[in-house]
Amino acid sequence: MREDLRIIANLIKRDARVLDLGCGSGELLEHLAHAKNILGYGIENDADEIAACIQRGINVVEHDLNEGLQRFTDKSFDMVVMTETLQAIDSPHQLLDEMLRIGEECIVTFPNFGYWGHRVRMLTSGNVPVSQPIPHRWFDTPNIRPCTFLDFEQLCEEKDLRVIQRLVFSSSYKTGSLMKRFPNLFGAIAFYRLGRAL
Amino acid sequence: MASEIPDNSVGLVKPLSHRFDSSITLQSGAKLPGFELVYETYGRLNEERNNAVLICHALSGHHHAAGYHTREDTKPGWWDNCIGPGKPIDTDHFYVLSLNNLGGCHGTTGPTSINPDTGEIYGPTFPTVTVKDWVQTQHMLAQTLGIDKFAAVIGGSLGGMQAMQWTIDYPDRVAHALLIACTPKLSAQNIAFNEIARFAISSDPEFNGGHYQTRGVNPERGLGLARMVGHVTYLSDDAMGDRFGRELKSGDIALGQDVEFQVESYLHYQGETFSKLFDANTYILMTRALDYFDPAREFNDDLVRALANAKAKFLVASFTSDWRFAPERSDTIVDALIAAGKDVISTTIESTFGHDSFLLPIPRYFGVLHAYMGRIARERDL
Repeated sequence: MREDLRIIANLIKRDARVLDLGCGSGELLEHLAHAKNILGYGIENDADEIAACIQRGINVVEHDLNEGLQRFTDKSFDMVVMTETLQAIDSPHQLLDEMLRIGEECIVTFPNFGYWGHRVRMLTSGNVPVSQPIPHRWFDTPNIRPCTFLDFEQLCEEKDLRVIQRLVFSSSYKTGSLMKRFPNLFGAIAFYRLGRAL
Repeated sequence: MASEIPDNSVGLVKPLSHRFDSSITLQSGAKLPGFELVYETYGRLNEERNNAVLICHALSGHHHAAGYHTREDTKPGWWDNCIGPGKPIDTDHFYVLSLNNLGGCHGTTGPTSINPDTGEIYGPTFPTVTVKDWVQTQHMLAQTLGIDKFAAVIGGSLGGMQAMQWTIDYPDRVAHALLIACTPKLSAQNIAFNEIARFAISSDPEFNGGHYQTRGVNPERGLGLARMVGHVTYLSDDAMGDRFGRELKSGDIALGQDVEFQVESYLHYQGETFSKLFDANTYILMTRALDYFDPAREFNDDLVRALANAKAKFLVASFTSDWRFAPERSDTIVDALIAAGKDVISTTIESTFGHDSFLLPIPRYFGVLHAYMGRIARERDL
């Protein structure tokens, strides 16, 4: 099983209402349904991914996240999850507000563009980094909002979003003491659990 | 033609009918002293009786959804592209029931039938029927066929409204509801178009207050005009543009001619053909049923509460160019289902064909239907 699914499942209460933004083929929701008996819905706008959700019998709504989440009412979900999608959103700061408006808490993961490998590549070759978590070249990348641990936490502070938990992972969702000490340099994937300000 | 019935057709089919002798009370309070429903079935009801699918027809539809009545038929049933062996609604797995709704004009009791109480044709005195009445009578028909629970109730447009009503009125009797190009209620604009259609019919001098049949006439011009207006709302600007553009019938402008542009002659053809095949009073009844549909109304206008008791899983599909029941209307249904905690899959299919898209074999649309029906079949080991 994908390690990030296991980690997310551990953070979700049984029978919770979960919204998965950019749910892909519904793997996470399927796992959560089995592991935690959740009532889950995915949001996706890729026809092939939606077809995969239909095959799996996963609730999915065809919707473009860039149109916002106005259609969902306040506090209608226990957890709103968005894995490795933040960097591809037009207005991530507004979407974060929306996520915490409709959800009690949210989980956000994204590739850390401050990872040392990217920094080295920028320094040596001078090219925009291409790596496993960010496998596109600059002109056709969906990742239009590259950000780092540092950037994200600055935004959270400005917006008064409460960081309940921060986890640091390699691109294969392993963790280690070095990346825990220096997340912005050694973490490839940033994992945040957020809540509204107390 | 005999040799041309394709392999993936349900083949030759025969309309059946069931007569209900006891009277029923309709939503309006009116009583109907017995009635007859005409229907067709495709595929076989399995031993577990868990593979039945109900097809609900739209405004001008009827029971003949798939296959051919005779080898000489030039056209198959109205949803033949979707129902049959290997098709999205696969008759190798499912037992498909399709009927002509109460008030119809294709054999089911309606305005053209004789009122047994008076011995005369109902005509305009046929009671108002609603989506709720249709669902009630569909349920009665299902019981006579030994179907306790439908694996799926499927409909586009007005048919989707019936599928939605099923989940509210008979929550234990429908496992999946497929609502296609649907809306939870008509908008003022929708009602306005329906009223133009009705007014076109009633303004025809041959309408005679609805008593045209007994006088041996038919308000064909009015009904044709109603259909022409309706037809424009089923298509999109782009679809009409692609199909007709500004093509001229004669190839060149001949100022003052009656029918100048291709689109005009198309519309006239649609109107004329329809007016010969459809009953004007039925058209008025069916458009009224559309106007009245609003399941949230009896729940304080709260669609979430209206759907709260539903137990079905839902597929909601809409089409980008549909301006009659635009995707936003389907979104309203989806959002209510999510708020009510129901299982729902919703897709918005890219299409230029307008509201009519729900009848067309658009690859992504049919792919979605195929996948969803396949899942229903797998759940049941069909």
